Amino acid sequence: MQQLYNFAVGPLTWVAWAVFLGGAAWRLGSMWALARKKDMNAVAYMDVRFAARSMARWATPFATLGWRANPAVTVATFAFHISLGLLLLFAPGHAVLWDYAFGVNVWSLPEGVADVLTVLVILLCGFFAWRRLQLPTVRFVTRPMDWLVLALVAVPCVTAFLAKQQIGDNLLLSTLHVLSGEAMLMALPFTRLSHAIFSPFTRAYMGSEFGGVRHCPDW
Amino acid sequence: MSTSTATPQTAHGQPEAPPAAHAAAGLPHPDPGDWEPGRRVIAPSFAPLPGHQWQEEPLMSHDGMHVAAVVRQEDDSFTMRVDDEVWDAGFDKVWSPRFLPDGRLVAIVQQDGEWTVAVDGETWPDTYGFIWSLLHGPAGKVIAAVQQDMRYGMIVDGEPWETLYENANNFALSPDGRRTAAVVQTVPLGQADIETFTRGVYSVAVDGEAWGRNFMNVWTPVFDNRNDRVAAQVRLSHSEYTVAVNGAPWPATFPCVWEPCFDPATGAVAAPVRKDGRWGMALDGTLLWEARFFQCWTPAWSPDGRHLWAIVAPRYGSFTVARDASPWPFAAPVVTDLVLSPDGARAAALASHDNAAWQVVVDGVVWPGRWDMAWRPVFSPCGRHVAVRVKDRGRETVLLDGRPWREAFTTAWDPVFGPATANGAGMAVLLRGIRDGACERWVATPDDFRA
Amino acid sequence: MSATEFSGIAERRIEDANLVRGVSALTRERIERVVKAVTKGEAGARLAVYHETCMRCGMCADACHYCISHDGDPTYSPVGKMEQTMWKLLRTGGKVDPDDIYGMAQIAYTECNLCRRCVHYCPVGIDTGYVMGLVRRICHRLGVVPLYIQDTAHSHSGTMNQMWVKDDEWLDSLVWQEDEARGEIPALRIPFDKEGADFLYSVIAPEPKFRTQLIYQAAVIFDQAGVDWTMPSAPGWDNSDMCMFTGDYEMMGRLKRCHFEMAQKLKVRRIVMGECGHAFRSVYDVGNRWLGWKNHPVPIVHSVEFFWELLTEGKIKLAKKFDEPVTIHDPCNIIRGRGLMDKLREVTHALCSNVVEMSPTREHNLCCCAGGGVINCGPPFKGVRLAGNKAKADQLAATGVHTVVAPCHNCHGGLEDIIHHYKLGMHTKFLGDLIYDCMEKPGAA
Ligand code: HEM
Ligand code: SF4
Ligand code: SF4
Repeated sequence: MQQLYNFAVGPLTWVAWAVFLGGAAWRLGSMWALARKKDMNAVAYMDVRFAARSMARWATPFATLGWRANPAVTVATFAFHISLGLLLLFAPGHAVLWDYAFGVNVWSLPEGVADVLTVLVILLCGFFAWRRLQLPTVRFVTRPMDWLVLALVAVPCVTAFLAKQQIGDNLLLSTLHVLSGEAMLMALPFTRLSHAIFSPFTRAYMGSEFGGVRHCPDW
Repeated sequence: MSTSTATPQTAHGQPEAPPAAHAAAGLPHPDPGDWEPGRRVIAPSFAPLPGHQWQEEPLMSHDGMHVAAVVRQEDDSFTMRVDDEVWDAGFDKVWSPRFLPDGRLVAIVQQDGEWTVAVDGETWPDTYGFIWSLLHGPAGKVIAAVQQDMRYGMIVDGEPWETLYENANNFALSPDGRRTAAVVQTVPLGQADIETFTRGVYSVAVDGEAWGRNFMNVWTPVFDNRNDRVAAQVRLSHSEYTVAVNGAPWPATFPCVWEPCFDPATGAVAAPVRKDGRWGMALDGTLLWEARFFQCWTPAWSPDGRHLWAIVAPRYGSFTVARDASPWPFAAPVVTDLVLSPDGARAAALASHDNAAWQVVVDGVVWPGRWDMAWRPVFSPCGRHVAVRVKDRGRETVLLDGRPWREAFTTAWDPVFGPATANGAGMAVLLRGIRDGACERWVATPDDFRA
Repeated sequence: MSATEFSGIAERRIEDANLVRGVSALTRERIERVVKAVTKGEAGARLAVYHETCMRCGMCADACHYCISHDGDPTYSPVGKMEQTMWKLLRTGGKVDPDDIYGMAQIAYTECNLCRRCVHYCPVGIDTGYVMGLVRRICHRLGVVPLYIQDTAHSHSGTMNQMWVKDDEWLDSLVWQEDEARGEIPALRIPFDKEGADFLYSVIAPEPKFRTQLIYQAAVIFDQAGVDWTMPSAPGWDNSDMCMFTGDYEMMGRLKRCHFEMAQKLKVRRIVMGECGHAFRSVYDVGNRWLGWKNHPVPIVHSVEFFWELLTEGKIKLAKKFDEPVTIHDPCNIIRGRGLMDKLREVTHALCSNVVEMSPTREHNLCCCAGGGVINCGPPFKGVRLAGNKAKADQLAATGVHTVVAPCHNCHGGLEDIIHHYKLGMHTKFLGDLIYDCMEKPGAA
């Protein structure tokens, strides 16, 4: 087990990052090439100014009709994504890894805060799961892929939490945490988690069309 | 509207001046005596005559010696005024007046709900349910679309086709101006009768006689230069387009095609075709230009068949002219009015930035200056000079080889080149227009154009 | 998990002769081939990315009038409709039964107006209108298109207009309206083919066919405003486009080329379009692109904007105002499609003394449920529109007024049907109706 753990935090980390970065670059690159080939009648209207305007709007809670109409999701998704982002980059355990891998000293979250955020993300995953099970409009469109991405995010958080709270076999949980975290990283470009790399473009495009052509807010 | 002679049609069948300048050959020029350089006032004023309620837009004859307009007379009838005379007869409606190159003035007229054509004030003997889409060619025949008893076809000098159809549109004339063709609907079509439509109700009638075969759709019939064969765009099914020549479709089909045109030398037919979301050019059904353009249309052959021209868009939103598939280095958001020199080796076109800042491009080189509007370029018979009517801040003038004429009109007509001279020297251009209310003709020489 | 309690389209199938006929000619192989040809051959990154990044979050459900009107039935939500159509086709690689195509066609053609209201709700920026348009494209290529709208598309291809209007019938309507209008304004002219005019005025074919008084009104307004205008005598006069909505993009391109080339040939400065929304979308946003023009070879001005110009420049003076309270309907194709919500309000306020806003309003307004070709699918699907837009009926009723200003033909049709069905006791007006009624006519006899 210790060997597996060592492997996971050692070479596998590099593999995971390589797959993530390489995968993301490849996916973005090939998608861009495809867009140039097939979608010039859309690409031609991309406009940085209108894209930024739309992104800023949608990055503000309750600043759009969609956010206002779905207050619970708004609160949940902002809390979820911000917490997740903070944890990914600044969890105390991760700071060690940054140092170990790149020799950089990264600021890290205070332990207590990290714990709270972890619990929050777990709860929010629960909330998303609840929606998928309970709300007809969400249930009707939920596919296995949606459960997969939820699991890919939830498992690293749950294992991190359990390991941290010393519940269960610490080494096993830590190993699972690292492995599942790496799975998430590697899966990002290839599952619906790819919205992290693609959604900035869909947003930018919608903003550009509505700003530059349709002269109408897209929020 | 345009004073086109025998004309191919645009993609959907409106008469349109031909991209090739064959038309130049058919334009009789004013008497040699009238090529004396300088200004001649045809009418110091063309203000409405006393007693006329109103006068519509004026038009000038090709030789610039006469000016005419539709007028409404005191008794509420309409007629044509030519110079200071009016036609004897008055009508309920006079419409689509035009001077023919030989100087005759024709118009579509309506009286008591019946339509006919008046030539120099004389109406055709018969009247019809409707007359529209006047055409004329070198043969001097006056041709139009006709509807009689809800049957449709064409009419030549007052003689309707022997057979008329359920409907007719996309009217065309042979280069010599003697033969007629149109898309016709040969069988009735009930309401929402998808199946009959899909089996095909359209064909082409040439001089009134329909091809033996129907198609789902047919557009833009066009004659070859022997005034004999006719090619048209046809649709075989919802997603299969091709070109049919004398009723026989090419064996290959395409997701879309545009207007075909005959190679004058060989009789082969070229047409822009779509493939995999891009446009190229097919010759007799096989790809001649690789389908790599975002657009490719208005194809035109040189008379010797050596060059094939078209307006193309090598990139999205960026148009130019291509000769034999190679685009000019120039590009603009919009390119229109491709015109070939009489020998077809040179070409001129107009470019605009979405209908503003018009530029003239000749052989890929942009003339200096941008204009609020520009009209179809005109080549000299020798092919060495190009003249273009342009408009700038409400004033119209003419450019010759890129240089503006020293004067300006309030309204101008297309320039007319004098007879060809061997070396191009002594060349003269007839300019026609209204200036300060006076109708004038100017015979300008190159010196009259600003350096 | 999904399809168990909501069987969706399967339980609300509507009989349409051409859908039945089209589907009966399908094989699984053909479907697969065409789905691939459209999703892989014609579409590209835009579709792929939308498919991948739609988070199935359901946030768009509240956007759609169909979904609201059916008490949140998820099979009517934007993502629910994409799920039952394009997402399913992409997931299965097009391996579906002919029967499935029937349902998909019914959803795409009659249960989505391509109104893009859902754009305001989707955090990722998925364009449901685009996706449903591509479903229609597949259906068109499979020959599975509702009868009435298919017939209209045939009219377009046969006559270059929407209503089988023959060349002479068009001219006859103009001559007739000119005659009629001279009874009121003796010196009035409808100038045909006036080269170099300031603008070409184009309309949709239902105007010469059924609503000639609109041509009359426009002629009076333009004549009395003293503007320099023209109408074409030949095909190219009709700016409508049901081919865009059946998915027949090649015909759409042909129609738009015809329309723009007519304006180019007449050397006008711009095109002013009558009060129609879908035609505006076709000319302004869609057809031009298919032809490779990034913008517009001739600038396009919708009537709302043009009337605004006439009023602000003082070319039209008002003799009176419309006194009854009115509310404003925002047609999606000129509001979400062109941002004319402010100008529409300025014009309406100039004409009417009492304007009551709907809620929601402006770019968030609810669709009329007629647009996107849905009303053109004809009588079999009228019930779909009526049931599918109870939300609009409630919204209209809440204003308490009896007059709805709606500068769009489709909206008129759709709203009139809803008003009648839900017994709202209202009627619709075009801006042209109001201007014609209220303006000073110095040239009147
Ligand atoms: C630029 C970065 C990102 C943007 C703009 C973004 C945006 C969104 C949006 C708009 C939603 C839909 C709303 C919702 O259901 O909560 C969503 C859902 C989700 N995001 Fe992200 N996201 C980003 C990055 C990430 C990353 C890095 C992850 C994890 C690795 C992630 C995981 C998720 C998950 C699991 C859901 C699904 C929630 C559900 O099941 O409903 N996101 N994201
Ligand atoms: S009808 Fe409008 S709101 Fe509903 S799905 Fe279609 S585009 Fe979206
Ligand atoms: S709101 Fe957008 S991302 Fe969410 S389900 Fe609807 S279309 Fe998909």
